[in-house]
Amino acid sequence: MAKTYFTQDHEWLSVEGGIATVGITDYAQEQLGDLVFVELPQIGTKLSKGDTAVVVESVKAASDVYAPVDGEITDANGALSSDPSLVNSAATGNGWLWKMKLADEGQLAGLMDEAAYKAHIG
Amino acid sequence: MTGDDTKHLPLEDLHTAVGARFGAFAGWSMPLTYPAGVMKEHLHTREHAGLFDISHMKLFEVSGPGAGALLNRACPLDAGALGISQSKYTFFLNEAAGIIDDLIVTRLGDTRFMVVANAGNAVEDEKHLRALAVDFDVKVEALDRVFLAIQGPEAWAALSRAGIETGSLLFMHGIEPKQNWFMSRSGYTGEDGFEIGLPEADARALVAKLLEDERVLWIGLAARDSLRLEAGLCLHGQDITPEIDPASAGLMWAIPKDLRASGSFIGADALRAILERGAAQKRVGLKPEGRQPVRAGAALFDPDGNPAGHVTSGGFGPSAGHPVAMGYASASLAKPGTKLFADVRGTKIPIDISSLPFTPHRYRKG
Repeated sequence: MAKTYFTQDHEWLSVEGGIATVGITDYAQEQLGDLVFVELPQIGTKLSKGDTAVVVESVKAASDVYAPVDGEITDANGALSSDPSLVNSAATGNGWLWKMKLADEGQLAGLMDEAAYKAHIG
Repeated sequence: MTGDDTKHLPLEDLHTAVGARFGAFAGWSMPLTYPAGVMKEHLHTREHAGLFDISHMKLFEVSGPGAGALLNRACPLDAGALGISQSKYTFFLNEAAGIIDDLIVTRLGDTRFMVVANAGNAVEDEKHLRALAVDFDVKVEALDRVFLAIQGPEAWAALSRAGIETGSLLFMHGIEPKQNWFMSRSGYTGEDGFEIGLPEADARALVAKLLEDERVLWIGLAARDSLRLEAGLCLHGQDITPEIDPASAGLMWAIPKDLRASGSFIGADALRAILERGAAQKRVGLKPEGRQPVRAGAALFDPDGNPAGHVTSGGFGPSAGHPVAMGYASASLAKPGTKLFADVRGTKIPIDISSLPFTPHRYRKG
């Protein structure tokens, strides 16, 4: 059973079997507005927590999405190359951004659950 | 700038009530987007009519026997050659012919003119104009108005339904249809449209009538930017600045030919010198290959990797359907079709010099 975590930077992680699927929250996509381009990461890239993993571009601006934990990219959502608006229409579903193999599952303890995230965005 | 200094639009409550998302621009808290979102707002303006609150911009009335002479000094303009109600796109230039601000001047009467200036430069513009005015028999008045733009192919019809007839008013003309109103057929989208300065109470009544019409939607600053960029129109502070002259900016069409040789406007000598030796860089349209937007600040390179210029505005063009940008390229490269590269976070993106505008202008010229 996958467990979902949230970050202060408005990302969600769905973790199952040591692999996290990562995306941005509905709140974040609303703040960004209509996305027109998503710069996806290379599979195999090793990231530390806080490194830029993906750049999402709206009509107006480019925004970094950071690796919420340490790990290695195992997949990127290729569907976003032709339809970046999936992030707007299905931020927590088909609009996922990348998957990563966790280097240290202990880091998950520092993240929020859904109730805490909801309190965070008010 | 601290929160306390931020200026607020007189109609801010109306934007808040419909769920606008606000952001800071030129010292003002401005509606950036409405719930429809920038993409829909942009396309709606090109197809129907978009309503913009641009009260951050400033209207100055310049009047008196010396009004024309003052404007001829401040701007590369022949104010006396303007017919009554005729508007002209022009600039305040500094002594080096750098663009202090771009403006629209409209002749309201024999010795009365309206000057519309940008928000970010309004304070400096007023200081500049008042300092020059000391030498002329003239009154400079900063008007307290709400300023609205209604843009798009159905703008005239929506205004007509709201009781404002625009029939005989042509592009780049302005009139005073009611007391303390100023209405010009102009805009910042490339579409037919109008800009209306009016008292707040009148503005509230007009907005209420306009929004009863399903053809009219509020449009935020984000779509205003993507619309003007597709239309190839400059944003002062980005595409033109006090360090850039009209020749480099490709805006010499705004300066009457005889003034280039004989004009005594501020910056005339510097501009003549620039024209004689030729501008080193030229403003160009830029079309990135693929889907990735190239933003302001990106450096441009020629195919051999030599610096070739930089991007001053860039984003996605919802009507064009691809990323669009504007910037400056070395004069020898500044021809449509030239292939360059833009550096985006370390990756070289192929980018072609493109003619402007990206979407054709649809002004009502006659």
